[in-house]
Amino acid sequence: MSAITSPQRRFARLQPGRTASRWLVLAAVSVLTLLVLLPVLVIVFTAFKPTAEINAFPPTLLPGSWTLANFGRIFTDLPFARLCLNSFVFAGGVTAFALVFDSLAAYALARLDFRGNKVLLVAIVASLMIPFQATLIPVYQLVANLGWVNTFAGMIVPRAADAFGIFFLRQFFVSLPRDLDSAARIDGASELRIFRSIVLPNAVPALMTLAIFTFVNNWNDLLWPLVFTTTPEMGTITSGLTLLTGPSGIVPYGTMMAGSLIAVLPLAVLFLIMQRRFIESVATTGLK
Amino acid sequence: MATSTRTRGPRVSYRAPAPLGGRPVAAGHQTRVAVLFMAPALVILLAFVAWPMLSALRLSFTDASGFGAETWVGLANYVRIFTDHKILATLGSTALYTVMFTPVALVGALALALLLTNRSLIGRNVFRTALFVPFIVSLAVAAFAWSYLLDPQIGLLTYWLRGLGLHVGNVLQDPTWAMPTVVLVAVWKNIGFYMVIFIAGLQEIPEALYEAAKLDGAGALRRFWNVTLPQLSSTLTFVVVFAMIAALQAFDQIYVMTSGGPYRSTQTVVMEIYQEGFKKLDLGMATALSYVLLLATLILSLVQLRFFGKREKDVA
Repeated sequence: MSAITSPQRRFARLQPGRTASRWLVLAAVSVLTLLVLLPVLVIVFTAFKPTAEINAFPPTLLPGSWTLANFGRIFTDLPFARLCLNSFVFAGGVTAFALVFDSLAAYALARLDFRGNKVLLVAIVASLMIPFQATLIPVYQLVANLGWVNTFAGMIVPRAADAFGIFFLRQFFVSLPRDLDSAARIDGASELRIFRSIVLPNAVPALMTLAIFTFVNNWNDLLWPLVFTTTPEMGTITSGLTLLTGPSGIVPYGTMMAGSLIAVLPLAVLFLIMQRRFIESVATTGLK
Repeated sequence: MATSTRTRGPRVSYRAPAPLGGRPVAAGHQTRVAVLFMAPALVILLAFVAWPMLSALRLSFTDASGFGAETWVGLANYVRIFTDHKILATLGSTALYTVMFTPVALVGALALALLLTNRSLIGRNVFRTALFVPFIVSLAVAAFAWSYLLDPQIGLLTYWLRGLGLHVGNVLQDPTWAMPTVVLVAVWKNIGFYMVIFIAGLQEIPEALYEAAKLDGAGALRRFWNVTLPQLSSTLTFVVVFAMIAALQAFDQIYVMTSGGPYRSTQTVVMEIYQEGFKKLDLGMATALSYVLLLATLILSLVQLRFFGKREKDVA
């Protein structure tokens, strides 16, 4: 496993006097890391625990006996297969649209010479500062007027383009050398062709980063599906799981953890496959 | 300089062969193509960001409920925000959340970043990856797990803490402890993310600076204070502002764990917007609160922009 490798990798300096403190630090970091992973471990292990064990005292981390009953219950207590599908359609749909629309707009801002380019860029950067929670109510009204409440269109279209994606891709496109596209332009290639066959193939890392961000954010979002869906059948996994808490306030933890495990699984797989890209792309958000 | 005739004049045909001599295509052509490229994104942003901004501003001066007639009430909603004890307490809770979350997340993430860039620590990359894991877990989903861990009867964490002599009760039902608990969950979720940003920042610091400081006889603490912190200042500002903006928008784990309770002790601004707007249907109040949130976010972002602007000038 490797995350970020430091560019200036050096020989570990061996200082015998410090060996003890080094092991102490290692032990402390290990304990801390295990504590940080505890909620994730609890999701995994509780999902396979029988109800009697979940409610038993004293509590244990590992199941005494393993069961799949919780996974059966999540599919009967909630329309869970449908929720999984909704999560994929919603997060995948937003990601697909946003990648296409953001990259088109970013291309125009980065590579085309037209009036109002600077003004538009400033407006887009300014709109980065608007939290979506602040416009939620008028957006809801608009979606309602379009008759889109409780539909995929209502969930996806308002997010089909976003200022962050446009700005992020624009910064990347600007940094690509211009020689190739001016050569293509002299040869009479259309802008769409230059965009598709020259700029996009060279921007794959940036596109992947944006795709990861957009997919993870939407997959995990709670407020958005809570607001734009009105029936349990249209919810996402995240919003659907909140319905499990009954009016009595009693939480069926086993069922909930089985659902949580399924909710986390696709992102965990994505993360395992591309952890280097994942962490590196996050790291770049803080660099100027 | 652009003139207004440039776009209105006779247009070069879309398929016109590019002029020879290396000059890119005529500007008129590029404007037309640019409009086509920008159109889908602009339509979405105008309809779902720009227009709602104005619409929210108008609604915040009314008593709209989404049904029937709405009356212009002037500043009444804003006056209520700053006079109604309940709403004022909401602003207070959000401020408290921000004040608790930001320093803890910041110091924790920086400490972890420093530890995990120390070359004598074995398995640094494994730790980095493991500590980053909470970032990909949905905050709402993690909140279920945390509720279970902290359950007063069958919670594993409650049980372990009792083993250590700490008799924690029902923290989520305790007006004193509910807020620190939901803050803890947010710190847990984000600390790995901020850590990764700090690590990237730390790796940008030239090693020579440390060598020079060492030659001058600076100890580890002095090197941290006089080399690391100043060199890391832009990353620090970024993370502080980022964390504060995230804190202002706290919602998910609060919705799941406390619903804003007990006694509204964890009722944050976004919780209040959600309840006023979608449960009580007091759209005027909800949008007025939205504008308070927007303003707070804007001020923070401008502070950040100003800081970065100044730095860029300094460098230039």
